Amino acid sequence: MEFQGYRRKSGKVGIRNHVLVFPTVVCSAEVARMISEKVPGTVYAIHGGGCGHIGEEKAKVIRTMVGICGHGNVASVLLVANGCEVVQPELITAELDKIGQPYDVVSVQEDGGTPGCIEKGTKIAAKMVEEAAKIKKESIPLSELMLGCECGGSDAFSGLTANPSLGIAADKLIAEGGTAIFSETTEMLGCEEVLANRALNDKVAKDIYDAIDKAEARAMRGGVDIRGAQPSPGNQKGGLSSIEEKSLGCIRKGGNTTITQVVKYGETPVQKGCIIMDATAADVMNDTALLAAGCHVIVFTTGRGTPVGSPIGPVIKVSTNSVLYGKMKPNMDVNAGSIVDGEGTLASVGQEIFDKVVACANGEQSKAEALGHHEFDIHFDMDV
Amino acid sequence: MKPKAILIDTKDNVATAFQDLSVGDKVTVSLEGTEITTTIAQDIPFGHKFALSDIAIHEPVMKYGASIGLATEQIMTGRHVHVHNMESQKGRGDK
Repeated sequence: MEFQGYRRKSGKVGIRNHVLVFPTVVCSAEVARMISEKVPGTVYAIHGGGCGHIGEEKAKVIRTMVGICGHGNVASVLLVANGCEVVQPELITAELDKIGQPYDVVSVQEDGGTPGCIEKGTKIAAKMVEEAAKIKKESIPLSELMLGCECGGSDAFSGLTANPSLGIAADKLIAEGGTAIFSETTEMLGCEEVLANRALNDKVAKDIYDAIDKAEARAMRGGVDIRGAQPSPGNQKGGLSSIEEKSLGCIRKGGNTTITQVVKYGETPVQKGCIIMDATAADVMNDTALLAAGCHVIVFTTGRGTPVGSPIGPVIKVSTNSVLYGKMKPNMDVNAGSIVDGEGTLASVGQEIFDKVVACANGEQSKAEALGHHEFDIHFDMDV
Repeated sequence: MKPKAILIDTKDNVATAFQDLSVGDKVTVSLEGTEITTTIAQDIPFGHKFALSDIAIHEPVMKYGASIGLATEQIMTGRHVHVHNMESQKGRGDK
């Protein structure tokens, strides 16, 4: 199968043609927003990072920013620097140069403070929008599409309806030669063997064990009993009998195929197929990481409901139950609660999710996009 | 018709109730051409599991196509499967 998308000089493909206004640091975030709001056709992604980072956390933030700015859904990017931040614009532009991603840079400190920076940035962004409009869509095989699989605000139905259905959609995309990434490492505890048994080779199996061990060690450092107390009394009352069962319900969203690679937060995989990302379970920061890795679209299952979207790509919402669907219909793209109602099956909802992913790849807006949601944040640890 | 329970993987030996089930209820689950009808032998609350076949002691309880723990006693078809007759194999520093 194919979709109509954009081919970039970088070799990446896109399903959106965004001109992105991106602050290199939290200090210039509002200036970036003001520029974007003056130029129709641009999007902005503001965040709390860009300064105070050292070591591995600095590398992680830069990797994530480069992944977002060089994303296939982004036609060009205007970086808005403050000037003295740790993440100097050159750290990003050097990487954008390597892949041929169009960019420009403005600086609050160098371009006349807030008004001067806005004036200069607005002109550049307007020109970028004109240039982006000239880019034509072309046919691209689904094998080049990357799907991010996420669950948040879970309920007793998550592991029974929406997550297994999303897994079926992920398997379908992978059968087309495409890629699906799932993360939220803390929710993989108890599934080590199951996941390792699906690993492409010993290296991937070891990476799976290491990632889950690290997540457990992080929890232990926080003085938290993450295994002994699982499943919680509330979980048990709801019918969950073991941590294996709880975690299997989470990881099922990534489908059931061979796991070809484990990547770090925001890291782009070199493999296709089913990828594990070792990343946080915090929804918006996880979305950012999946997008930075190259995911074009995210499918987000939810039992309690969430409105979040992304400035970079469509976020498709799947409700796990019909009560939520009824309450938050304007935010929900697919209702997996239809399985409970007898109107759908895992297979039919899996197909519906897959079809929605393809439709969004072809330009259809997800509900979160149409409503103007563009939540964005980068995860980093400031303790180091 | 609203399904009374769901089977997630054809390798599973338990299904999960979509509604409160009572002794004597006949519950059919189907997936990918597999169809299993079970007579409920014990009241099963919504969200809880029942055995689709007899599960011997120390045999794995299968859900999502994987073991979610081992039976700690023989579990007969239609009976409630939960922490009272199965246990996790994970995080057991005591074993």
